[in-house]
Amino acid sequence: MPLLSKKESKLILDPLADNNPITIQVLGICSALAITAELKASVVMAISVLFVLAMGNVVISLMRNIIPSKIRIIVQLVVVATLVIVVDQTLKAFAYELSKTLSVFVGLIITNCIIMGRFEAFALGNGPWRSFLDGIGNALGYGVILIIVGFFRELLGSGTLFGIPVLGDPIAKTGLYAYGYENNGFMIIPPAALIVVGILIWIQRAKNPSLVEEA
Amino acid sequence: MALNTDKNSYTVLFSVIMVSVVGAILAYLATGLKDKITENQRFEKQQNILYAMGVHNNTDESSVNFIPTTEVDQRFSELIKGQYVIQDGEATPQEDAFMIDLKKELDLIKSGRDGKLPLFIGEQDGKTYYIFPMYGKGLWDAIWGYMSVDETLTITGVYFDHKGETPGLGANIKMRFFMDDFIGESIVSETGYTPIEVVKGNNDPLNSDKSDAQVDALAGATITGNGVSAMIKESIRLYEPYFDMVRSLN
Repeated sequence: MPLLSKKESKLILDPLADNNPITIQVLGICSALAITAELKASVVMAISVLFVLAMGNVVISLMRNIIPSKIRIIVQLVVVATLVIVVDQTLKAFAYELSKTLSVFVGLIITNCIIMGRFEAFALGNGPWRSFLDGIGNALGYGVILIIVGFFRELLGSGTLFGIPVLGDPIAKTGLYAYGYENNGFMIIPPAALIVVGILIWIQRAKNPSLVEEA
Repeated sequence: MALNTDKNSYTVLFSVIMVSVVGAILAYLATGLKDKITENQRFEKQQNILYAMGVHNNTDESSVNFIPTTEVDQRFSELIKGQYVIQDGEATPQEDAFMIDLKKELDLIKSGRDGKLPLFIGEQDGKTYYIFPMYGKGLWDAIWGYMSVDETLTITGVYFDHKGETPGLGANIKMRFFMDDFIGESIVSETGYTPIEVVKGNNDPLNSDKSDAQVDALAGATITGNGVSAMIKESIRLYEPYFDMVRSLN
């Protein structure tokens, strides 16, 4: 028997492509714009969201039959906020350097609409194992886009990847810069992320016309 | 048995239990980890002060490498010969002056009361370094740092840090290419004190002119850059009487 049934692997694979939280559902855009100026920040954010979304989905799913429906949004908020604080405090105590890199993103996770969206749309109606897979899938779908956007913005905006110069030195005019190439300052400001995400949405829908919404 | 989760009494009961459980978890976590977190912060401050003084493990031109936390306590007590607190114009020695919360003290000073200003004197290879802290506002949140000057008030090193500036933009104030630009600039000229300014378009991206009290700004991070300028200006203004004294000694 395979590790995951067909239905279960669909939970992971769907959000990566045809049901991507960013390019199809257009959720989680705020953080996708804010933190993708650097590849490293994108990767760190992707991993943090992966952890919080998978854990949160499991917790909400375990509690799904006892949560009063009237206050379910508040309960979801409490769960995600608690998880985020636990992660934040633990990192501060045992991985201080990493926690400094993460500081601003950890707070941002609470406001990430994908998290609340998955709690509400999936975890409240499904078992823990399926919710866990759904969390992993959606976080990966989100992370992939973040990393693609971060890759292009850092490469074109700063000429570096993970902080390492890959196109030469812009000040000493070596590498590509010797031929008159310049970094595009526009790429490091947030509107550029919107354009990159827009291009990704365009490419995806051009390849798969069934995704195009009716006008 | 199906639970009636719609009843008001159930909702209230659920909220009470949920809040208690979550509160207990967080309280337990906070108390359990407090010592460890304080220790980390202590090491970090020591690392930052030493970094500004030029004591670090930098191996290349681009990355920031501190003294490891296992050694920093010892190196700090070896190299920092004096920790002072300036209050009422008087500098008195005080142990662990680096743990002073500068934000609180600056707020006191702003409201017209007396605040404590920490100052550190480091010695290495026969040279003396005067290191003072800075604190200010960036775009999103606090920025802070340390600046180290020698007896001629020429900058020998700086360290900047921030709470939540934008990665790739304002967050770059803690990158070597920005911090290293300050080294060699002087905070005093014939006409008076010259806080270093972060400016755009000074046509000196390599910062080869060390006499203009200017460093090149970060593209796309105007407000953070202005915050750095303001923070340096404010700190130098506060420490002016002390710098007068340092100058008169030499």
